[in-house]
Amino acid sequence: MSRPPASRPVIDVRDLRTHIVTRWGTVKAVDGVSFTVDEGETLGLVGESGSGKSMTCLSLLRLVPRPAARILGGQVRLDGEDLLTKSEAEMRAIRGRRIAMILQDPMSSLNPVFSIGMQLREPIALYHRLRGHALAARAAELLAAVRIPSPVERLRAFPHQLSGGMRQRVVGAMAIAAPPRLLIADEPTTSLDLTIQSQYLGLLEELQERHRLALVFVTHNLGIVARICDRVAVMYAGRIVEMGPVRRLFTRPAHPYSRALLESIPRLGRRTGRLTAIEGQPPDLARLPAGCAFAPRCPSVMERCRVEAPPETVVEAGHVTRCWLETPGIAAPVAGAPPA
Amino acid sequence: MPAEPGALALPEMDVPAAPTRRALRLPRFPLAVIGLFVLAAVVAPLLGLPDPHAQSLRDRFKPPGWEEAGSWKHPLGTDRLGRDLLSRIVWGSRVSLAAGVVTVLAASAFGAAVGLTAGYYGGRVDAVLMRVTDATMSFPVILLALILAVTVGPSFTNVVTAIAVILWARYARVIRGQVLTLVQLDFVAQARIAGAGAWRIITRHLLPNTFGTLLVLVTLQIGYVIIVEASLSFLGAGIPPPTPAWGSMIAEGRDVVTRAWWVSLFPGLAILLVVLAFNLLGDWLRDTFDPKLRQL
Amino acid sequence: MSALLEVSALTKHFPVRRGLLGRSTEAVRAVDGVSFTLEAGTTFGLVGESGCGKTTTSKLVLGLERPTSGTIRFQGEEVGALDRAQRRGYRRAVQAVFQDPYASLDPRMRVGAIIAEPLVINERLDRSARRRRVLELLDLVSLPARAADLYPHEFSGGQRQRVAIARALALSPRLVVLDEPVSALDVSIRAQILNLLRELQERLGVSYLFIAHDLAAVAHMSHTIAVMYLGQIVESGPAEAVALAPRHPYTQALFAAALPIDVDAPRPEVPLAGEVPSPLRPPAGCRFHPRCPHVMPVCATDPPALRPHAGRDVACHLY
Repeated sequence: MSRPPASRPVIDVRDLRTHIVTRWGTVKAVDGVSFTVDEGETLGLVGESGSGKSMTCLSLLRLVPRPAARILGGQVRLDGEDLLTKSEAEMRAIRGRRIAMILQDPMSSLNPVFSIGMQLREPIALYHRLRGHALAARAAELLAAVRIPSPVERLRAFPHQLSGGMRQRVVGAMAIAAPPRLLIADEPTTSLDLTIQSQYLGLLEELQERHRLALVFVTHNLGIVARICDRVAVMYAGRIVEMGPVRRLFTRPAHPYSRALLESIPRLGRRTGRLTAIEGQPPDLARLPAGCAFAPRCPSVMERCRVEAPPETVVEAGHVTRCWLETPGIAAPVAGAPPA
Repeated sequence: MPAEPGALALPEMDVPAAPTRRALRLPRFPLAVIGLFVLAAVVAPLLGLPDPHAQSLRDRFKPPGWEEAGSWKHPLGTDRLGRDLLSRIVWGSRVSLAAGVVTVLAASAFGAAVGLTAGYYGGRVDAVLMRVTDATMSFPVILLALILAVTVGPSFTNVVTAIAVILWARYARVIRGQVLTLVQLDFVAQARIAGAGAWRIITRHLLPNTFGTLLVLVTLQIGYVIIVEASLSFLGAGIPPPTPAWGSMIAEGRDVVTRAWWVSLFPGLAILLVVLAFNLLGDWLRDTFDPKLRQL
Repeated sequence: MSALLEVSALTKHFPVRRGLLGRSTEAVRAVDGVSFTLEAGTTFGLVGESGCGKTTTSKLVLGLERPTSGTIRFQGEEVGALDRAQRRGYRRAVQAVFQDPYASLDPRMRVGAIIAEPLVINERLDRSARRRRVLELLDLVSLPARAADLYPHEFSGGQRQRVAIARALALSPRLVVLDEPVSALDVSIRAQILNLLRELQERLGVSYLFIAHDLAAVAHMSHTIAVMYLGQIVESGPAEAVALAPRHPYTQALFAAALPIDVDAPRPEVPLAGEVPSPLRPPAGCRFHPRCPHVMPVCATDPPALRPHAGRDVACHLY
């Protein structure tokens, strides 16, 4: 298959909208999200519970839980083709093969009654039409690729015989069986021990390098973002409030939420008296206030913020944000001016 | 002594108002049917129905009112002894419902107690109690009732006793399972840390959290008990005549089912409706109480 | 400052597989000879990965499990030797806040009743005195008075943890065991709760046994840190010393794995081979030796003792 030109991003999401109907009203889980990821690039998707990061990923795969959730609009272009216009049969061919996803809990990602080998063989047989000996060999190769020792013996093992870190590697092996163009990892290290997490992140980087994967890494851990992501998108209440290169966003965050988040996290070596906490509570998605969703908690809030939601503005090339303070032409009032 | 405003330097938390819930959509059919029968059972004496025991050989085997040979004096017809069927069904509902409710209450109270104890203490207590429960569950209800009927004689009390004495085991099993899960949750550990003893933890923390399950079970079981009672009455080991009971009414119509079909059919329909209503209600309760569904 | 809690050679083995005659063939050595001292009014941080024994240690301190051997001394008195009434006193003085804000509050009780429960069990206050105390506690954790009449499900995760903290403080305990108090909370809420905990310590003089896997949070909150591996303490000492200049190879690997947010921070890669071994059959000698980048022959045979070095205690043959 000819490789697409490297100038086009692997995944190009424009104005994606997904709503969920709940007992308490309609929740705009994904509210106009746009981003791109290039070959070999890692985009971190950061946000707290309810920010919409997981629902965004499910929307890319068109796996939103029906009938309550529905993708309402936007475009999701994978190598130029809009996935939202495809039929279910076409999507089935794409899932796993061109877009793969790793989830947080490896124990429920693996079927407990089948051996690792049997579970690995399934995607390989599907994507590569191998059988018998060749199939088993490829399965062992994949296990070796994710640095599992004694891969051939391990094929016969069952999920419960492996540790959490190993299981997550097996899940990783299944994900790259095709290999896909885009890999989405939804908090894959949250349930792993710290030292195992390090190993796993290194592995992901290696796999990405080898297969030139576009990687979307969903997490709430900014330390991980600093380690492996090239760019990061910060989500709040279904919208991307800031997106840009990691170094830029971490050293000079433009959005008050990003700034507050970075300041509220305890850092080794900086034993300050108090942490700068973000006041208030995460928003109730069924009853969002008019205007900017972060307004109730924002230390730099202005009147305008409560009335109208800010549009996306460019802070610098490659760095965008949604904040009235960064929108040209809007003067910040003297009281409530952001700290320099 | 309240804190001075400046002391903690934290703004007071804003507690969100309780989210407004969409009204629960009650299951109308089951509630209507059950309501009707319960009402009929309660006000039976006031309904001005013919005496269910009044025999009239002249009026025997009269068909229901809409048939040619029938009359609206006996809307559902009469039985072998000329007794009005509608009246007997209404009076029979007293027996069935009473049997159902009393049996289930007794069985659930005892069964829940056993389940709570077994689940909380675990170990040998659990093992012993569960063996007893298993043995009880495997004993056939009908057989026990028949034995009682033969030795002590059939009566309402015997029916209730026979069923309850075996039914409790099901509750014990289910409640124990739930308690095993509950006991792992932190709030139980917290109660222990606060110094609570077994009694307090079981009654104050575990029991209230099993109410949902108990309610569902109770509702589903009432239907079962009504059928068992009817079966026993059918076999002659249940409520003795002349008290109208749906099961014995069906038995009485057994021989004439081709000629006087109404004698067996209507009591049978009554059983069907009531049990169906309870089962549907139980299903609805279970769906409503399922925590996973409660989230969305 | 006197030592509030002194733990000596604390051991807890969980027997596995009892033979027909009730003999236990193997044991999970969850906690194996742990000793440490917690000073009044301070925070003692306990870190380690899964299977290290920190949760079991906290349960032993709380009295939810009985030690297989070793002693726990609270305010000078040996806990194991207390009579019924004294045990009650211990219970009141040592309370806990757990990780899951959704499982630690009884969903069928109102918040006011939840907070008042320790008072109901342990004190003879009348209704209005209890109510006053509940309102006092709600105020301490910055929740409005009307919260007392609401049910747990009406609160967010962070607010529930506040309720849990209020309950833990009801009996004015000397020591509160905090087992992952903020791990289940959103990142933006964690700082609020950590700040609250610090304020309460400054105000009330309560001590904390702080268990968490977020190393930066532990370092921020603790005066002393102990690092556990497979049931034993491998390093312990003042928080800055252990966190910023760890000596034990495991501690070094652990803190290196705690990814800093600082993009330009040096990231010394301390590779650790293999997985954490099972607590059923810990390696001989130093339990860490199969994975240690600095392993020496003596490590496989002699378990190192916890010895003072460079201002803290380390259990390693390197020193």
